[in-house]
Amino acid sequence: MSVSTNTRVGWASVTPAVLWTLVFFAVPFMAMAVASLYPKGGDGLSLANYTQFFANPAYWRALTNSLEVTAIVTVVSVLLAYPFAWILAFVVPERWQRLALMLAVLPFWTSYVVRSYSWLLVLAEKGVINTTLVNAGLLAEPVQLANTRGAAVIGFVHFFVMLLTLTIYANLKQLSPNYAKAAADLGASPFQSFIHVILPLTLPGIMVGAFLTFVLAIGDYITPQILGGNNELLMPQLIMMQIGRRGDFASASALSIILMAVVTVAYLACAKWLKIERA
Amino acid sequence: MTVRSFTRRLAGASFAALALMGLSCGPASAADLNALVWCDHSDPNLLKPFEDANGIKVNVKEFEGTGAGLAIVEQSQPGDWDVMVIDSIDVRRGVERGLFEPLADDQLPVADLFPEVKMDQFTVVDGKRYGITEKFGYNTIGFNKSKVDAKDMESLAALTDEKYKGRIAIYDYYLPVMGLAAMAIGKKTAELTEADLPAIKDVLLKMKANSKAVTDVVASQTALATGEVDILVGGGEWVTAGIAKENPDLDFSVPKEGAVLWSQSLAMFKDSQNKDMALKFIQYIMSPEGQARLATSSCYWGMPASTKAALTDEQKKTLRFAEQPDFLKRAQGYPAPSEDLDKKMQDVWTEMIQAQ
Repeated sequence: MSVSTNTRVGWASVTPAVLWTLVFFAVPFMAMAVASLYPKGGDGLSLANYTQFFANPAYWRALTNSLEVTAIVTVVSVLLAYPFAWILAFVVPERWQRLALMLAVLPFWTSYVVRSYSWLLVLAEKGVINTTLVNAGLLAEPVQLANTRGAAVIGFVHFFVMLLTLTIYANLKQLSPNYAKAAADLGASPFQSFIHVILPLTLPGIMVGAFLTFVLAIGDYITPQILGGNNELLMPQLIMMQIGRRGDFASASALSIILMAVVTVAYLACAKWLKIERA
Repeated sequence: MTVRSFTRRLAGASFAALALMGLSCGPASAADLNALVWCDHSDPNLLKPFEDANGIKVNVKEFEGTGAGLAIVEQSQPGDWDVMVIDSIDVRRGVERGLFEPLADDQLPVADLFPEVKMDQFTVVDGKRYGITEKFGYNTIGFNKSKVDAKDMESLAALTDEKYKGRIAIYDYYLPVMGLAAMAIGKKTAELTEADLPAIKDVLLKMKANSKAVTDVVASQTALATGEVDILVGGGEWVTAGIAKENPDLDFSVPKEGAVLWSQSLAMFKDSQNKDMALKFIQYIMSPEGQARLATSSCYWGMPASTKAALTDEQKKTLRFAEQPDFLKRAQGYPAPSEDLDKKMQDVWTEMIQAQ
């Protein structure tokens, strides 16, 4: 095959992906970026939508709220998903693993909205948890679980533990058992083997899952809206608020660009672990 | 088209794309009637009699918020839509964009409307009517009368009273709730200025300190119905009437300071390909039968704009039909702020939600 044929085949292979990215990402992104520079009701080009964000503590706080919630969700999800994936990969017999994985992803089969409202009913004052605790005499009266940041975190974690479990499980299954055996031969305890050998080798899977969790959680509107009780605003809620009645797409665009910038920073921070090929 | 308007449209299209995907077939065809509506118009019990009588399919697309509705229109082709439900105070926004067709008063039962809800100051522009009020109600105090002292609910002061701390939810729409906050300090909703915002914010912050959540329409209804809260700031018949049978203790009051009158209108699109049928639809909705069905829609109940709505005695009792003259006397319209004031009001609302 000549070089020019190789080149043509190469271009033909990547063209659909490039076109897809251009049409569905680059062009809308550019349009959004330009729109963000023309404030609603303004006279022309202006950075007002961006200065408003940095000047107004209530707007700024939406970003810090988002970062706090997303960080908590990511860490808690990883801490729960890792042992779960470990059990699936090494404790559950091979023949049951497929069924166990299917059961693990069952929550994905239900509507995201329905799942969030279900959690609202579980966490409500007269919900399952409060009723059980009060009837058991552990609580004198119901406590507020729903309509809190904690409720939003629970809703997120319920969803993302499954996602992380899948990515970590896939990583664990790729690991040769010889690594652990070699570590043991060299005198490492099971704990030392895990900390110094297994965990570093599974870090790429953890980081891919954590990054996906971060990106999906920080851009999610449904869960904080339904479970958080709107007692604080996260970035997606603030963006939606600009559109609802006033149709202020310029302001919504600016906030979206800021959110994308945060995701980009997160990507750069994790880029080392997000390579497809294994080092 | 300028680069600026093109990019704005494209950005708008990006936001509206998901919403439009909900209407999987798109506005079907000129033979159908394509209606951009609030959820109360999606009730088959409302649409079927009209569809059967005219042999036509009504395709509905729901939206929330005038901004979102107008965005959908702007991303559609002219003629895609025939009729639209819109906040009465926002009819002018559609007229300014050149979207709506004038409606002839003599073809509509304008004289049957409660005089206070005709809203001609918003629905009539340059002597031409562009919208007709079809349904109204109050953003006021919704409450569970078995849990709170109904006498307390006769004053907006109860909403900031420590007595009800942690038992209150606030309806998540800044215009009516800020209207209530304004009334609580003796301001008129029609005369609000930027100078009033600090005092209104103080009231909002007190309400927030007393509240458990700031809830959207569904969550508001759920919170009251499940007993999560006992009081809904901004609630009214639209929350309590539809679930009155299952929850007879849910009620609403119109406090001595007043309540905010909400009102929705029907408008016809200028570019509609089916204007005769669009007019028939509006006439049907405004007929005694249509008004009764709309007022008791499964999504939410509200007062019919027409005094001649064919409601049963029980339905009238639930909606407190007989008390309307007194309620209307005390009610004030939605705040209808300028673009600039609207933005500032929304920012105050944002600060209230973010306050801890």
